[in-house]
Amino acid sequence: MQHLAILPVLLPLFTGALLLLPPFKDALNRQRTFALLSIAAQLFIAAMLLMTAMQNGTQMYVLGGWQPPFGIVLVADRISTLLVLLCTLLCAGALLYACAGTDKAGQYFHPLFMFQVTGINGAFLTGDIFNLFVFFEVLLIASYALLVHGGGKQKTQAAVHYVILNLIGSSLFLFGLGILYGTLGTLNIADMAVKVRSLDEAEAIVAKAGGLLLLLVFGLKAALLPLHFWLPRTYASASAPVAALFAIMTKVGIYSIFRIHTLIFGAEAHFLADIALPWLWPMAMGTLAIGTLGVFASPTLRLMTANLVIISAGTLLITAALQTERATAAALYYMIHSTLITGALFLIADLISRQRGKAEDRFVKSRAIAQPRLLGFAFIIAALAIIGLPPLSGFVGKVLVMRAAESTAEIIWIWPLILVSSLMVLVALSRAGTTLFWRVTNAPSSEEKAHPFEVAGIALLLVVSPLLVIFGGAVTEYTAEAAHQLHDLTQSVDALLPGGN
Amino acid sequence: MEGIYAFCVGLLTACGIFLALRGRTFPVVVGLTLLSYGVNLFLFASGRLKLNSAAVLGQSEQYSDPLPQALVLTAIVIGFAMTAFVVILAMRARADLGNDHVDGRLPEVPETPFQRRSGSQ
Repeated sequence: MQHLAILPVLLPLFTGALLLLPPFKDALNRQRTFALLSIAAQLFIAAMLLMTAMQNGTQMYVLGGWQPPFGIVLVADRISTLLVLLCTLLCAGALLYACAGTDKAGQYFHPLFMFQVTGINGAFLTGDIFNLFVFFEVLLIASYALLVHGGGKQKTQAAVHYVILNLIGSSLFLFGLGILYGTLGTLNIADMAVKVRSLDEAEAIVAKAGGLLLLLVFGLKAALLPLHFWLPRTYASASAPVAALFAIMTKVGIYSIFRIHTLIFGAEAHFLADIALPWLWPMAMGTLAIGTLGVFASPTLRLMTANLVIISAGTLLITAALQTERATAAALYYMIHSTLITGALFLIADLISRQRGKAEDRFVKSRAIAQPRLLGFAFIIAALAIIGLPPLSGFVGKVLVMRAAESTAEIIWIWPLILVSSLMVLVALSRAGTTLFWRVTNAPSSEEKAHPFEVAGIALLLVVSPLLVIFGGAVTEYTAEAAHQLHDLTQSVDALLPGGN
Repeated sequence: MEGIYAFCVGLLTACGIFLALRGRTFPVVVGLTLLSYGVNLFLFASGRLKLNSAAVLGQSEQYSDPLPQALVLTAIVIGFAMTAFVVILAMRARADLGNDHVDGRLPEVPETPFQRRSGSQ
């Protein structure tokens, strides 16, 4: 299939547009069926694309036949296809959950959801830095609307901060782009990586400012330390499926750091080699530390999960700062695991909060949960995975990350940080679990039961964790190969330009 | 020309950032708008400033770079949509939260003796 690489962008886009038209517009059930069918098709396409990228090498889709470096390209290599599949899987879980009733809270839930998927998939697939900006905007404007979906004071309050911060981020992104285009004269990522080597010293200083501005923007999306303050409030106030979908948004920022600051400003970049590292190191470790403190200080399960997202971002940013092939491979494994599990935790938190009545998901004594066995089981699976206890995927992921740091000088920082953070998360989650499930009053529990779709959505996300362990060999082999592809410049740069094959 | 241009971009950006750091939503929205004007001009200059050089084939001796113009156009459209959204959101926040502060609540100002006197009446 020649056009396979663009389908993960086109399919959700057209689904979203169709959902706004008459046969679907006012019929929620039709919208649900159509959206679910579409997401199933997207899962199939993402899997096909991944298989193609694995067997036939990187798929480059040249839009309109304008050859790079001048035209717009989509690059479906091992990393981007893996992330597209991850995003689609997360969306499938979140959408299943939303179909049980969250989408009734306001209009246009499904179209907005699809537009956001378009943006995320596009950001993963694009091989052109200006389109990265465009897809960022697509996913952001959908996320603004999804965040306030359903209304309410808390959501509006969180959205004001989120929107203003991201608008400033977008302006800075454009400044960075302008500087890089002004000095390098190209916007194709692979071509930029070539041009950056031959910059003279005076231009290199200007380009450095551009590169670091981009790091600032990606740091804002990825919740890097001083730029993460928007995250807990935003994620905790969004409705559950939206928060679950947002779990992948920080990963878009991290993926962009991998793409831009490993490829363009990597070790080969002459004057601009590794410009991000002096900033990334302390900030990444700080992010991990502050996320851990945040988990400890959280008064509700949703806030705690939002802080767990920050922890996973911190861990991933540490691997980005390591800049080795092994670290990238570990990062990819950990990214699959942490995205899906934090997504599932947001969904579980919502169910718990609904079944506890007025106490919601606050850690206080309240009436018993209506379905303690089901939710308790889901909670303990998610908790074991996110803490990093064997036998689930968190353990493997954290071991891989720590092994990647083994032979570096920074090991004295990384190992204690990750281990202490895991221990503190263990304590915090145990406390949370005991309070939510066991410290109950005698008041009769509510009648509210979880909808089968909601259970299915959570199960879909949680089942990946044991699968990641059972098929660990194949997955780590794939991630290792993907990381090799990213770090091997003949594959990730030269092969994408004419005359480089 | 370059000097004036750079000065204008700098002034717009500086004003934009100053206003974006204010506490009420209206100046913040104006600040974001100024910032996006600044960035649009900046993007336009990334293809270098030239006189008498069209971006169309056969229209002039020298050509100017057409790409920044396309980029600016995209950036303007996106910026426009975003501004519209943030204006609506600001109005919604004013209605939902009862004030126009970006934090959703007015900061506590220490009471002055005058206010205390007028408050007790």
